[in-house]
Amino acid sequence: MFRKFKGGIKLPHLKPTAGFTIERMKLPSLVVVPLKQHIGAVCEPLVQKGEKVKTGQKIGDSHANLSAPVHSPISGVVKEVRMHPIPTGEEVPSIFIESDGVDEWVETSGIDPEKAGREEILSRIREAGIVGLGGAAFPTHVKLNPPKKVDTLIINGCEGEPFITADHRLMLEYPERIMRGVEIMMKVCGAERAIIAIEEDKRDAEQQLKKFETERIKIAVLPSRYPQGDERHLIKALLRREVPAGGLPFDVGVVVQNVATAKAVADAILDGKPLIERIVTVTGAVRLPKNLLVRIGTLFSALIEECGGPAREYDKIVAGGPMMGFAQWCDIPVIKGTNCVLLMKSVEDEERDCIRCGRCVDVCPMGLEPTMLASFSKKKMFDKCLEYRVTSCDECGCCAYVCPSKIPLVQYIKLAKDALRRSA
Amino acid sequence: MNKLVVSPSPHIKDSITVEEIMYSVIIALVPAVVAGAYFFGIEILAMIAVSILTAVVTEYVAMRLMKRKFRNDGSAILTGLLLALTLPPTVPLWIPAVGAFFAIAIVKCAFGGLGHNIFNPALAGRIFLALSWPSLMRKWPEWVGPDGITTATPLQLWKFQNTLTPYFKLFIGNVGGCIGETSALALLIGGLFLISRKYIDWKIPVSFIGTVGLLMFLLGQDPIFHILAGGLFLGAFFMATDYVTTPLTGKGRVIFGVGAGILVVIFRMYSGMTEGVAFSILIMNAFTPLIDKVIKPKVYGTTKVKT
Repeated sequence: MFRKFKGGIKLPHLKPTAGFTIERMKLPSLVVVPLKQHIGAVCEPLVQKGEKVKTGQKIGDSHANLSAPVHSPISGVVKEVRMHPIPTGEEVPSIFIESDGVDEWVETSGIDPEKAGREEILSRIREAGIVGLGGAAFPTHVKLNPPKKVDTLIINGCEGEPFITADHRLMLEYPERIMRGVEIMMKVCGAERAIIAIEEDKRDAEQQLKKFETERIKIAVLPSRYPQGDERHLIKALLRREVPAGGLPFDVGVVVQNVATAKAVADAILDGKPLIERIVTVTGAVRLPKNLLVRIGTLFSALIEECGGPAREYDKIVAGGPMMGFAQWCDIPVIKGTNCVLLMKSVEDEERDCIRCGRCVDVCPMGLEPTMLASFSKKKMFDKCLEYRVTSCDECGCCAYVCPSKIPLVQYIKLAKDALRRSA
Repeated sequence: MNKLVVSPSPHIKDSITVEEIMYSVIIALVPAVVAGAYFFGIEILAMIAVSILTAVVTEYVAMRLMKRKFRNDGSAILTGLLLALTLPPTVPLWIPAVGAFFAIAIVKCAFGGLGHNIFNPALAGRIFLALSWPSLMRKWPEWVGPDGITTATPLQLWKFQNTLTPYFKLFIGNVGGCIGETSALALLIGGLFLISRKYIDWKIPVSFIGTVGLLMFLLGQDPIFHILAGGLFLGAFFMATDYVTTPLTGKGRVIFGVGAGILVVIFRMYSGMTEGVAFSILIMNAFTPLIDKVIKPKVYGTTKVKT
């Protein structure tokens, strides 16, 4: 009936943690809470060194509309506020909190979404610090308040990258909560229908969610194909609509939210719980791969320790999946958008000359010519990159994955985009 | 923590390599080599060996002279093999040596090596030989095969004696011609292997062969004869699918195939040249940069494609 986007690749189904129940990780003794974990403005700290904080207490906020507050994930004492790297490589002011081991919460109370007005729900979502949990971390209250009328809310449960199973487990273990969140989000964004999109390697999750399927909220199972979880391609596969270049999904009447975001919204509205924890798949070269429920700000080193330490030699720690994740150079904290921590051994590939096989062109879901972009970028012909629409690239990595000459195409493309941003 | 490696995503890659592609094409040519040895005698293996050896040695020396790294990635072996397969079975052994030298030194390395050449090295080498030693390169001698003697290629018989060789003989390859081009069956086996493993794009052979068949039919000729005769299968499956010298996009490849098909028909109908397929592909090679400049894939979220 539908369901194909251009290009893309079939990735190996490598998800060893798919069958592992979510485990709550023990409270960390130290957390590092970056004041920017989202797309948008950096928050101002609301606490000072030496101050006592409770779990769920707001410790950073911003007046900017495109931003989201951050909360203390544990109770304890603020040790310091200083710059620290986050998974994207950026350095942002971060609040270091030492645990008192008590986990004493602030008072929280939920509201009835049936009775509450749209504005009230939106402000609660903002106050809870909710951002897109699929990885991009776009503030949810902004996304749910589109400037145009939308008819469809798509809930993204594709999780197409190898190794990551955080959303999969969430759908299996919290289907009802997700559904409650979807209902709330539909009310807020004004969509008449919602589609929960799952890839066919997660049929068990489909069964769980089906129990709660309604007239207005449908489950759609799509063939597993990367990068279907990218909202542009998901919209195309489900609705045959194309988001205009430079535009956003609401331009075609759609809002896309991740399944974990739906659950976070339900938690925030029904229980008044701010976003202070999330599910992270810790996998790869660890002794005991796990799906962990982790407090935000927990350091990667603590996660690795929780999973029994390294099982074999590794020299790469990736925040996120193997296709789009970021390789880290030091110990960094889990932030709101961190769905996976992957330990692996790096492979050194020697870059060769392009043999013009055209594989990158065939797989590019955006319809770009990655080899041309890379060769222009290499020669610093960035205006040419612009002409070849380098700005449309989502950096999904399909091109570099299939390249027989092992050209780091995404790297050259990132370089060109960065140079263009600087010169703009 | 350990010393950590930082590199851009993606952190996993497909196992495919240039070597895998090159050697797969070489393997796909084995049936054609076997057919050639069967129909024209085991001596042709010596020609193939000389051609491959010259190609590899030439590439090694050329890369050393250019102070670049020599990699035996299989591409020189493939060029040597393809060149040998386009030669008549009786040429002296220095012919493949000179042809392979020209193909690698002038057509490939002088332009910058693998990935940078404009023309298909094997075909350009073949044309160089045909223009330099025309009498040697157009000698279709009487030969003693398992079941017969022939003196001319099927296309020459068609052109000058108005005789059509039976389909079955053409399909099996029991006819006069260059050592690797006569057996459509052997080439089809190799070609289908490459298509099924996605090493080559089916669009080029299909549009190329389809265009020749259709136009010949429209011109009142026997389309099946023209598809099976001459070097069309070898050219369409193994030469016109060379990545380096053909367009990047699917649409561009179709244009390439159709263009080459039209040219083959023109050469066969209106010229006495026996190298129709080779010239057609080389001419389209020259058009490849232009095709790539004009034909662009549709970018997601745009209505007009910018050129």
